[in-house]
Amino acid sequence: MKFASLIVALSFSSLALADDVQVAVGANFNAPMKIIAADFEKDTGHKAVVSLGTVGKFFAQIKSGAPFEVLISSDKETPDRLVAEGLAIESTRRTYAYGRLVLWSAKPNYVDAKGEVLKKGAFKHLALANPKLAVYGAAGQEALKHMGVLDAVQSRIVLAENITQAHQFISTGNAELGFVALSQIVGKDGGIASGSAWVLPADLYPQIKQDAIVLNLGRDKPAAKALVDYLKTPKARAVIKAYGYELD
Amino acid sequence: MLNPSDFGAIWLTLKLAGLTTLILLVVGTPLAWWLARTRSRLKGPIGAVVALPIVLPPTVLGFYLLIIMGPNGPVGQFTQWAGMGLLPFTFGGLVVASVFYSLPFVVQPIQNAFEALGDRPLEAAATLGARPIDAFFSVAVPLAKPGFLTATVLGFAHTVGEFGVVLMIGGNIPDKTRVVSVQIYDHVEALEYAQAHWLAGGMVIFSFLVLAALYTLNPTGKKK
Repeated sequence: MKFASLIVALSFSSLALADDVQVAVGANFNAPMKIIAADFEKDTGHKAVVSLGTVGKFFAQIKSGAPFEVLISSDKETPDRLVAEGLAIESTRRTYAYGRLVLWSAKPNYVDAKGEVLKKGAFKHLALANPKLAVYGAAGQEALKHMGVLDAVQSRIVLAENITQAHQFISTGNAELGFVALSQIVGKDGGIASGSAWVLPADLYPQIKQDAIVLNLGRDKPAAKALVDYLKTPKARAVIKAYGYELD
Repeated sequence: MLNPSDFGAIWLTLKLAGLTTLILLVVGTPLAWWLARTRSRLKGPIGAVVALPIVLPPTVLGFYLLIIMGPNGPVGQFTQWAGMGLLPFTFGGLVVASVFYSLPFVVQPIQNAFEALGDRPLEAAATLGARPIDAFFSVAVPLAKPGFLTATVLGFAHTVGEFGVVLMIGGNIPDKTRVVSVQIYDHVEALEYAQAHWLAGGMVIFSFLVLAALYTLNPTGKKK
């Protein structure tokens, strides 16, 4: 009885000020988004309901009427396309982070500080998110090209559907190394949580500019705008930075 | 139209399904025979293990195969010890995964056919002096032919339709692990809908024809 009345009281109290926001989040931003969503709920009373995935898939789903109100994208191209199709609101767009690419192995001392392992390593499998579908995959491919090793490693590349799966291929040891986002492997102290990694210099791949934007369905929803703006607050920026992203 | 990588995927899929079906007929027949005839208390648990792939989502199978066949898993340690390397991201790995994945679709129809035989034909064969192994090949197998036909067609078609497990352990390598279902997924994800239609439509027609042929040639229910 007490419990039931508590539920009733809670649902009424939140009805007045708080709202749910359906938000699509690019796979690389999974870990920081958990913290930011919790802070966002604490600070504003709004609840961010998160769906994780590849932004290419989100684009197709949003085009087909998926019920998302905000997109926290892994790139800037997908928001570009959504705006061009009239599915998102340009004035709400914010660049919340610049992504950083790492070459990572679950084995300690496997990846060296200059990525020489790509030229000399006797690895059998190099995991890469599908460059056709994922920004970090495309960035990895560009870096390989830039280093002049793409042809040499091409036959050893295993493609993952997104960087979450690339991480899985590497962490289970099935691929000796591969490209992931720094945010996926960063530890509590800001270093690498496990294994060995090389954070690629920025001149090896095109900048990964990550934009968030309110979608058409969120147009009249203050909570949607609030979430996108919340990503620019000092509190959220501190979280984003702790996960190894660059900020502007 | 279909491009060369689509044809590569089709050929790879047919090779995978053919090899998997062959292995399953060899391994599945004695297993089905045992399940059909045994009074052992193990019949329940073993039958359940065979049926697991029907109810488990492919993500569960794929996830555990990735771990078991990985460098720290028991199968992975064995294959490395045997000098075969690791199975994920190889065609051999897909065959192993497909054998598990399609196991019930081959074992169960054969098992049902053996169970439907009853004891009498075999007793008659024994009375006429046939050894059990003779009775099996000259009496049981011919009588269970419709079961074998169903098993072959379903095992093949189900392997052609495999997706989730391959996605999780395949690594999407052209001509090694990029089967038709993964190729379709790539086309759809990259918004190449026209190319996706050719393959996806072809898959629908293929599956329909195979199943229609099976149910026409091999009607169940009315036994002569």
